Amino acid sequence: MRTRTGFRSVLAAGVLLAGTASPAGAQSMRDVQQAAEARGLTTADLLAAAKTFTPTGMKDEYIIFSSGGHSGQVFVIGVPSMRLLRTIAVFTPEPWQGWGYGVGEEILADGDVNGQPNRWGDTHHPALSETNGDYDGQFLFINDKANARVAVIDLRDFETKQIVKNPLIINDHGGTFVTPNTEYVIEGAQYSTPWAQEYAPIHEYREKYKGSVTMWKFDREKGRIDESQSFAIELPPYWQDLSDAGKLVSDGYMFLNSINTELATGGIENKKPPFEAGVSMNATDYLHIIDWHKAEKVYKAGKTMEVNGFPVIPLNVVIEEGLLYLTPEPRSPHGVDVTPKGDFLVVAGKLDPHVTVYSFAKIKDAIANQTFSGKDDFGVPVLDFDSVVEAQVEVGLGPLHTQFGPDGYAYTSLFLDSAVARWTLGGPYASGHSEPDWTLVHKTPVHYNVGHIGAAEGDTVSPDGKYLVSYNKWSVDRFFPTGPLLPQNFQLIDISKQGSEMPVIYDMPIGVGEPHYAQIIKADKLDPWTVYPEIGWDPQTQAVDPWAPRPKMERVERKDDHTVEVYMTAVRSHFTPEHVVVKEGDKVIWRITNIERAVDATHGFCVPQFDINLSLEPGETATFEFIADEPGTYPYYCTEFCSALHLEMMGYFLVEPRE
Amino acid sequence: MVSLLDSIIGPRLDRAEIQQNEIRYGAPGFFLLVARLLLLVSLFVPFWHMELVAPQYPDNLHLIAYVNHLAGDVSEIDSLNHYIGMRPLGEAAQVERSIGVYVLIGFVMLLELASWVHSRWAVLLVLPALTFPIAFLVDLHLWMSHFGMNLDPNAPLSNSVDPFVPPVLGTGMVGQFKTIAQPGLGLILSSIASVFMILALYFHRRAYLPLLKAQKAQAKA
Repeated sequence: MRTRTGFRSVLAAGVLLAGTASPAGAQSMRDVQQAAEARGLTTADLLAAAKTFTPTGMKDEYIIFSSGGHSGQVFVIGVPSMRLLRTIAVFTPEPWQGWGYGVGEEILADGDVNGQPNRWGDTHHPALSETNGDYDGQFLFINDKANARVAVIDLRDFETKQIVKNPLIINDHGGTFVTPNTEYVIEGAQYSTPWAQEYAPIHEYREKYKGSVTMWKFDREKGRIDESQSFAIELPPYWQDLSDAGKLVSDGYMFLNSINTELATGGIENKKPPFEAGVSMNATDYLHIIDWHKAEKVYKAGKTMEVNGFPVIPLNVVIEEGLLYLTPEPRSPHGVDVTPKGDFLVVAGKLDPHVTVYSFAKIKDAIANQTFSGKDDFGVPVLDFDSVVEAQVEVGLGPLHTQFGPDGYAYTSLFLDSAVARWTLGGPYASGHSEPDWTLVHKTPVHYNVGHIGAAEGDTVSPDGKYLVSYNKWSVDRFFPTGPLLPQNFQLIDISKQGSEMPVIYDMPIGVGEPHYAQIIKADKLDPWTVYPEIGWDPQTQAVDPWAPRPKMERVERKDDHTVEVYMTAVRSHFTPEHVVVKEGDKVIWRITNIERAVDATHGFCVPQFDINLSLEPGETATFEFIADEPGTYPYYCTEFCSALHLEMMGYFLVEPRE
Repeated sequence: MVSLLDSIIGPRLDRAEIQQNEIRYGAPGFFLLVARLLLLVSLFVPFWHMELVAPQYPDNLHLIAYVNHLAGDVSEIDSLNHYIGMRPLGEAAQVERSIGVYVLIGFVMLLELASWVHSRWAVLLVLPALTFPIAFLVDLHLWMSHFGMNLDPNAPLSNSVDPFVPPVLGTGMVGQFKTIAQPGLGLILSSIASVFMILALYFHRRAYLPLLKAQKAQAKA
């Protein structure tokens, strides 16, 4: 025994000597205890640290794609480390990625309305592309609530490829959600307005203001939304809210919540009920049940009207063709979330302490048997509430949004309670858990005012469980106060154990914008490029650009009296050429390729005082144009610290005055 | 003329005698056959590789030399080498790489011939293939010293790196890079082939020297 111990300690000493980072002497759990005591950490804290601490080089198991709120971006965050890996510029120019400072302008401009640039976005709901109802890791979609736009991000290079502006509406909220094979990207409207930004006085609300949902056809081959194959469905002028696509047994259907079935028009200044009261007057609002398979057929049969050049199935056709049914739902609802097998819909009404669970089978029966309790003001049949409800579960105050685990648990955020509730599903899910069906199991307090929640793959046909993140709106006292504007708080919750154990194990401040929804995908489903596949790659076309400058072809070429083309390459640590001389007033078409093949050998490129800054990742080529209208001497340089001679990576752009 | 050819190809044996002493007369040819096969295989595998180890390259950089081409992180190594003024690797040993395959095939054919020659001329036919591994390393060393000792004095970092010659086998240091040079499978196979050639020559001598001596004695008599 003694010799073995001796051997072990020699071995341990050897390991310590070999590891340069290890301090001299053996570390033991006693050191851990001392460090914990010094910082006042409990055993629970240490356990949380052990579950989340990610030493250098260790990679995350899951990746969060989070809306970036006002930043107009998407945030990419690792789980369980809760480290921000990067942001993806979408609706807003972003200098580090060079987005909107030489490249990306055309894509950004596709989101403009009537030539008016909209250079911010209110990103709300990201949607990962799906195959058979499961994330496939290929594309990400995100909406801009403020301007009713949808963007497409290619997850090979994490860059925005397309922005489409909805020609019908000003705002959206029920997007983005995808159908189970990403046939369509769903964009439900929000605040009703007349079609296509037209004017109509507020007293004509009932007649002129419209509700809608837009079905953007996604062309996976091209990686773009095909606007020519897309259409919208007119809905009553309720304020459609969140949506979700049916899956498996409910494939072909989609569901939208709504508020303001009261058709309130506000007017607090005229002593009329303010929106906050008028919109919440009724005890129930309407859950919209839409047969999108049938709607697609109606669209293809041409039973549409053109609005602002966009096909819309008018409400009378919607009703005639039986595309839309309503059923009452608890007022002021937020999420309508379809269970993993597609068999139930969970609706949380913020002003009702219950979640209401609808059975899709009962909805189908009610439609088939015409079990209507009546029609709404616009003639849409309303399914009898009692005949479609499966269960109501009291979970707590301010229920908002629901996600699912693999074991028959559902999780609902409770805004007013500042908590996340775990409750049980019944029916085919009953065998997954030991508690009675349709009952609250546990509530974990969060800090504070949770909006959406995201569980690992928790809105797919096969949720993973393990982790849930509470996307909290307020952080109040959780972090150092950064002035009166405080960060939001993403709290990681361990949901790997059943029953009442689901502790918060990490707080991540988000001080860049207010995220709304975020999806969590298993990291191994993503397969991003680490360098562009070939030198001369244009990320906007995802192909080699035949015009891309290549080594030995660098030059400054005068095309005519007022046009100059620059063909430039960048490699550690020089640009070729290093002198670019043009004449005052010349149009400069500048093409530049990063000819590096090494991972992370990104070069920046700025032309000062011309508002140009590019991020050129290995292999990438970019083209930008500008008018050299101000004579002068401008040093251009690499804006990414690329190498030991990074400072020297520069050149002179000389604009000669004309006589 | 005939007698010169006779003296080169050496004494011939009749079939019966070969069959009686299969091992004695078969061994040299067998070993040469193995050597030829090994050399042919070596054409398809790396002869040499160098690993460059530095903190910012967690997977290290690799330079792999085949008889006819370079592989691995050539462009990255070139882009680093330009800092110290070293010429691009593609400019080294261009002739050797363009003819390397044919030369080795030629060597294999000489070995084929050697198995038909029963005199000391066989040594001359075997010698090029036998010494190939050493010639390869010497050539590599000469190119590395030529490149390492002739750095462009106008290069960005010409002041901070002295001319150097990394060891053709074993470890060295250049800037923050540790270089680890190792023989590739091809070099190992061709070296084993050389061992088989030496064996072949030994058994060749044992088989044919007595016959030659007998021939000479007969001639004298």
